[in-house]
Amino acid sequence: MGRYMLRRVGLMLVTLLAISFVTFWIIQLPPGDYVSTLVAQAEARGEVISPERMAAMRARYGLDDSFLVQYWNWISNIIFRGDFGDSFAWNRPVSTLIWDRVGLSFFLSVSTLLMVWAISFPIGIYSAVKQYSPGDYVATFFGFVGMAIPEFMLALVFMWIGVKYFGQSAGGLFSPEYVDAAWNIGKLMDLFSHLWLPVLIIGISGTAGLIRITRANLLDELYKPYVITARAKGLPEWKLLLKYPVRMSLSPFFSTVGWLLPGLISGETIISIVLSLPTTGPLLYGATLSQDMYLVGSFILILSALTVVGTLLSDLALAWWDPRIRRSYQGS
Amino acid sequence: MQELENQLESRSGGAASALDDRPTPDPAPAGGAPRKGRRRTKDTARGTASQWTLIWKRFRRHKIAYVSVWVVVAIYLVVAFAEVLAPSTPAHQNATYTYAPPQQLHVYHETEGWGLYVHGFIVERNEETFANEFEVDESSYIPVGLFVDGEEYTMWGLFPMNTHLIAAENPEDPFYLWGADRAGRDLLTRVIYGSRVSLSIGLVGVALSLILGIALGGISGYYGGKPDTIIQRLIEFLMSIPTMPLWLALSAAIPTSWGPLQRYFAITAILSVLGWTGMARQVRGRFLSLREEDFIMAAQLDGASKPRIIFRHMVPSFSSHLIASLTMSVPGMILGETALSFLGLGLQSPAVSWGVLLQDAQNLRTIETSPWLMLPGLALFVTVLSMNFVGDGLRDAADPYK
Repeated sequence: MGRYMLRRVGLMLVTLLAISFVTFWIIQLPPGDYVSTLVAQAEARGEVISPERMAAMRARYGLDDSFLVQYWNWISNIIFRGDFGDSFAWNRPVSTLIWDRVGLSFFLSVSTLLMVWAISFPIGIYSAVKQYSPGDYVATFFGFVGMAIPEFMLALVFMWIGVKYFGQSAGGLFSPEYVDAAWNIGKLMDLFSHLWLPVLIIGISGTAGLIRITRANLLDELYKPYVITARAKGLPEWKLLLKYPVRMSLSPFFSTVGWLLPGLISGETIISIVLSLPTTGPLLYGATLSQDMYLVGSFILILSALTVVGTLLSDLALAWWDPRIRRSYQGS
Repeated sequence: MQELENQLESRSGGAASALDDRPTPDPAPAGGAPRKGRRRTKDTARGTASQWTLIWKRFRRHKIAYVSVWVVVAIYLVVAFAEVLAPSTPAHQNATYTYAPPQQLHVYHETEGWGLYVHGFIVERNEETFANEFEVDESSYIPVGLFVDGEEYTMWGLFPMNTHLIAAENPEDPFYLWGADRAGRDLLTRVIYGSRVSLSIGLVGVALSLILGIALGGISGYYGGKPDTIIQRLIEFLMSIPTMPLWLALSAAIPTSWGPLQRYFAITAILSVLGWTGMARQVRGRFLSLREEDFIMAAQLDGASKPRIIFRHMVPSFSSHLIASLTMSVPGMILGETALSFLGLGLQSPAVSWGVLLQDAQNLRTIETSPWLMLPGLALFVTVLSMNFVGDGLRDAADPYK
């Protein structure tokens, strides 16, 4: 187990390195650089920046260095000083802009993950045990519909229903009086009262997918000889179900974090833009539109890093949960 | 979303076959001599029918998928004959009818008798908001005809024509079955034209991912060892990145000076660069299991070359699975393009795609007053849903010998 963990952590570090490299490459993609953006801004204000000053600034930011040197400067600043560079549009260090939003984003994604599990697990089990019952057909139908509706469409429809029939906007995570307030019990309760809608919208496609997986996995287990043996022993049906096949089919709950989490972050990004939630989505969106590339790069880096860490934790949880997987790593 | 489904399939290993839980016909004969006889003939038919006949037979048993396949065919016919099917042309504006609500198509009129017609509008300008307000004018009668001459267009960019399948007989009359947008353009026409971009991007994108997926998945599965490890790590890496932020960043890097066609291909490339992973995993899995099969060993002992083994023996035996997973990944591409265009980072007007059309519905005030602007979403929903059903049916039917 120890060796497995070590190997996985090592692999994660390599992945993170690759992500940071790709991210930096994307930052560099658009034509022009930081200084040319500054110059353009200054010219828009009617100021003129002399070529000497431009050269000095380029030297100061190291923009004439080779790609690798620039990459090293960027990544070493992040690792050793927590400095993500400056946002062009906000004219502030990126790190002061993002942490609140990253926190809320991740809170939203994890809440959604928990909801997805809480809903899809019982429904999936029911669907498998009562295969081809009306309930199963309803669940299957819901599954397909859930996978076919794009999240932003769902958000639009909910917003429309909210305005049309309840006379209130569904956007935002806080009531107006709490937006700038410090954290307290009231604000937390307010957050929860707003949270359910985005969580529901982001979670629907994941829930639909997971219901299908749980059902399929459980169906695989349900008719195996060990279940028949247990039944022949006279074990009560519910106890038998929970103790053997359900336990076996639980593995996907850990192993699916790896694909569920990136999907949730993606969904969260676009939903936040539509519902204007104070998470990373709208800021990232604004930054991509204005080609504010340090901000964009930092967001991608942080979101991907958190996703990779989440996947690692889920893999470790899977190894802890499932002795077969644990053993396969002990052997090698 | 679709992409999730694909990932989920490939991640959970045997889930592809695990999801195959359709009722298999009871092989045990229920007894009685005549039944036995019938079963034997059926078996012989099974033995001689080609693989694709068997797949088609099995596919037809999945009723929803069978219906959906015709829906998909119909949708692609709309794509092919967009110009004729649309009542107008996508750029045709009429400032009098900005945000005109959808009109209802009637077939029987009290005085005029049978025949297609719609009611006109009484248009009043609201002095406070300067918006046009519409009231259906029950007394007006706008005859609607089939194959009428209307707005001029060039069919497939080749033949100048002006025939429309359904349109108002007098081109000056308002005819908005799905309502009008902010410039008084017919939404139905724009949805029909938009299907061209939205649906073709799915096919082109999937074709690109197919090439990448087969090449890399094939190398990975056939050779194994080092190349396999490297490609697997690459796939895991790409799968661990949240796609939406990356799509946003990459499409923001597309130069604004690029024309619609260049943007179209850039978006397609962006979608498929991240989309090939599921396909590659599928191909690799098939290669791994086929490598052990007896007929492959027989071919090797016969002295067949590697390319011949791959393309003559291996690829045909999993092409049905390949088609199934291709079908399942088209909707993901379509949804991706729509999402990007919806956010203003994909295609941009004057190009017309469903995502571009839905951009108009982004504003809460607009959808409150003109909810029909969400109709392109309905078209999207029907398309994606039926493609998912077809994919599901194909996956179940892909292995007819089971």
